[in-house]
Amino acid sequence: MIAELGHFALILAFCLTLPQAVFGLAGAAYRKPHWMSVARGAVAGQFVFAALAFACLSYAFYVNDFSVLYVAQNSNSALPTFYRFAAVWGAHEGSLLLWLLVQAMWTIAVAAFSRNMPHTITSRVLGVLGVISAGFALFILTTSNPFERLWPPAPDGRDLNPLLQDPALALHPPMLYIGYVGMSVPFAFAVAAMLEGKLDSLWARWVRPWTTVAWLFLTLGIALGSWWAYYELGWGGWWFWDPVENASFMPWLIGTALIHSLAVTEKRGLFKSWTLLLSIAAFSLSLLGTFLVRSGIIESVHAFASDPSRGLFILVFLGLCIGIALGLYAWRAPLFRSQAGFAPISRESFLLLNNVLLVAATGLILIGTLYPMFLDALGLAKISVGPPYFTIAFLIPMLPLVLMLAPGMHASWKRASFGRTKRLLIVLLGIATVLGTAIPVAAYGWRSVLSTIGIVVALWIAFSSLIEPLGRLRKGHSLSASVLGMSVAHFGLALFILGATVVESYEREVDLSLAPGQSAEHAGFVFTMHALREVEGPNYRAIEAEIRITREGEQVAVVYPQKRVYRVQQNPMTEAGIDGRWNRDLFVAMGEPLGDGAWSLRLQYKPMVRFIWWGAFIMAVGGLIAACDRRYRQPVAREVVSPAAATDASTA
Amino acid sequence: MTPRRRRMLLVGLILLGVSGAVALALTAFQENILYYYTPSDVSAGKAPQDRLFRVGGMVMAGSFQRPPGSLEARFVLTDYEKDITVSYTGVLPDLFREGQGIIARGRLGEDGIFVAEEVLAKHDENYMPPHVADTLRKQGDPRVTTPIATSTADAASE
Repeated sequence: MIAELGHFALILAFCLTLPQAVFGLAGAAYRKPHWMSVARGAVAGQFVFAALAFACLSYAFYVNDFSVLYVAQNSNSALPTFYRFAAVWGAHEGSLLLWLLVQAMWTIAVAAFSRNMPHTITSRVLGVLGVISAGFALFILTTSNPFERLWPPAPDGRDLNPLLQDPALALHPPMLYIGYVGMSVPFAFAVAAMLEGKLDSLWARWVRPWTTVAWLFLTLGIALGSWWAYYELGWGGWWFWDPVENASFMPWLIGTALIHSLAVTEKRGLFKSWTLLLSIAAFSLSLLGTFLVRSGIIESVHAFASDPSRGLFILVFLGLCIGIALGLYAWRAPLFRSQAGFAPISRESFLLLNNVLLVAATGLILIGTLYPMFLDALGLAKISVGPPYFTIAFLIPMLPLVLMLAPGMHASWKRASFGRTKRLLIVLLGIATVLGTAIPVAAYGWRSVLSTIGIVVALWIAFSSLIEPLGRLRKGHSLSASVLGMSVAHFGLALFILGATVVESYEREVDLSLAPGQSAEHAGFVFTMHALREVEGPNYRAIEAEIRITREGEQVAVVYPQKRVYRVQQNPMTEAGIDGRWNRDLFVAMGEPLGDGAWSLRLQYKPMVRFIWWGAFIMAVGGLIAACDRRYRQPVAREVVSPAAATDASTA
Repeated sequence: MTPRRRRMLLVGLILLGVSGAVALALTAFQENILYYYTPSDVSAGKAPQDRLFRVGGMVMAGSFQRPPGSLEARFVLTDYEKDITVSYTGVLPDLFREGQGIIARGRLGEDGIFVAEEVLAKHDENYMPPHVADTLRKQGDPRVTTPIATSTADAASE
C-alpha cells in the first residue's frame, strides 16, 4: 500500500513538473503574471510529492517490506536501521529518486529566495528547472521505478552492498547529488538570461550564491568519496582517476572556473558569454557523469546494474539539454558583448588565465576518460588510460595555476600595481621557499624538485591568503564575507596541495606476511601481530588481527584490521586498521590467509594524508562563508535596471 | 604598446602555453595507453613483449597456487578458448577467487608467464569481462543466457 502511495506521489510529482515548465516559460514569454504564479504553485506541489515518494520508499526500507523489489535487492532484516535509510540511495532506482527530491529542493529554494529578482527571470529559471525535473521524473517512471512489486515477496532481502555500509558513504551520494543537481541552477539562469536577451551584473549577483553553494556540496561530496575510498576500499589510495571519479571532478573543475568567471561578470561586466558557456558546461558535465555511471559503459565500483535503455534515455536527454542550450547560445551570445577593457596585469587577466587553465585541465581529463570508450564503441581497440597520464595531464595546467594564485588574489581590478603587497608577496615566497625546502628534507629526506615546488607553493598560497583578512583586522577595517570566504577557500586549497604533495612524495607501502607473534619493521615503525580472532558483527563475521605498532620500543598504537564476510552476499571485505594523527596515518589492511596462521598484510605509512580532506572541507567552508555575503541578500529594485546603470553601480 | 597590441600579445602567450601543454599531454597520453588483450590474443602472439598491457579473463578453477608463507601467487587465466599463466606477488583483491572474472595489468615474461603488477576484480560476484561473455554466448553457454549486466537484478526477482 505504501509503495503504491509512493508510486502515485511520484506520478503526481511528474505531472506537476509539466505546468511548472510550460507556465514558467510561457508566462514569462507572454508576460502573464497568472501563468507565472501557476508555475510557482506547481513547484511547491512538486516538492511535496517528491518528498512524499521519497518518504514512502524510506518507510518501505524501514519496515523491511521485501515485497518491494528494490528493497528486496538492497536491504536485509539484519541490516542496522541507520543503513536501511542509507540503502534508499544505495542503488540505481533509489538514487534517482534522491536526485529528483534534491532537484525539487533546489527549485523550491530558488522560488523562495528570488524576491529580489524580476518575476520574468524567476519564472524562466523555474520553467527550465521544470523541464529538467520532468526529464528525470519521466526517466524514473519509465525505466527505473523503485516501487515495483515483487510477487511472491522475498523471505529476506539480498542486503546492501557491504562496501556501502559505512557512515561516510551514507552521506557521499546526497552531498554529491546536491552539488550535481545544484549545477542545474546556474544552467537554468544562463538559459533564462539568453531567453531574456539581457545579462548584467545583477544577473551575476543572483547566480553567484547558487553556484557557490552547489560547488561547496560538490566539494564535500567528492572529498567524502575520496575519504571513503581511502579507508573502505581497503588499499589506502585517495584518488584513482577512475572514470566515475573523473565524472564528478570535471563538473567541479568547471564549477570552480564558473565561480571565478562570475566574479568578473559581477564586478566588471566582462566575460559574459564565457560565463554562460561555463554554466552550460558545468551542468552538461554533471549529466555526462550520470550517463557514464548509469549506462554501464564503464566498469567500476560505481557502475550499478546497467540497462541499455537507461543509458539511451540519459544520452538523449543530455543531447537535448546541451543541444538546445548551445543552439540558444549561438543565437543569443552576440547580444552579450562586453565593452570594458583591462590591462594585461590585472585581476581580470589572472582570472582569465585561471579559467583557461581549469578548462584545459577539464579537457585533458575528458579526453582520457572518453577516448577509450570511443575506441571501444567503434570496435577499434580495447584500451585504458593509466593514472600516470592523468597525473601528468592534470599537473601541466595546475602548476601555472597554483603559481599564479598568490599574486592573483591580490591583483586589483582593471590594472594591478600591487604596490606594497608586491614586496610582502616576495617576502612570503622567500619564507615559503626556505620552510618548504628545509622542513620536508629534515623530516622525510629529499625527494624531487616537483615535490619541493608543490610544498613551497602550498605554503606561499597559505601565507598570502592570510594577508587580506589579517591586514584588514589589524587596521580595524570591515571584512566582507566574500573576501573572507575567498581567503578561507584558498587556504583550504593550500592545505590540500600540501597534503597531496607530501603523501604522494613520501608515502611508503609494503606487502608482507605475518603470523601471530611475528613482527616487521616499516617506515621506522615496528608492526607486531599479537592475536587473530573471530568477531561477530550484526550482519557479518570477521577475522580480526590485533596489530601493535611501536617506535623505538614505545607503543604508538594498536590497530584492529578485519577481513569481513557479510552473511547474505558472502563477499569478503577488507576493513583497514588505521591509526590517524594530524601529520601521518599508519594503515594496515589484511589480505588473505597464507597457511600456518600467517596472513598477507599491506602496511602503509601516509604522511599528512589528512590534509587532503581537511583542505577540501575548509574549501567548502570558504564557499559557505562567501555565499553568506550580505550583498546577495540586499533587496534590489524590482524594476528592470538598465545594464549601464547596473555596471556603474557595481564598479563604483 | 597600444592596449590592442598588448591584448594580442596576451592572447598569443596563452595560445602558446596551451599548445605546449597539449603537446606534453598528448605525449603522456601516448605513453600511458594500456591495450587490453585476451588470453587468446596473447597465445596468438598479438600482445607486445616489451610494454605494459592488460589481460582479462576468468581465473580457472583449481589453478590457484601459492607456496605456504609466500606472497607469490600463480593462477591460470582463461577465456574458455586459450589460457595464460599469471604470476602476482602481493595482496590480492577481496573478490579474487577461482571462477571469478579479473583483469591483470603487467608484462609478458620471456617464459610466456604474465607477470602482473596489479590485479583488479570487479565488486560484483557475477562479473565477467565482456569479451569472455561474448565467447561464452557464441558457444551457447548457459552461464550467459541472461545479459550479464542485469543478472544481479534478475537473481533477486527469480
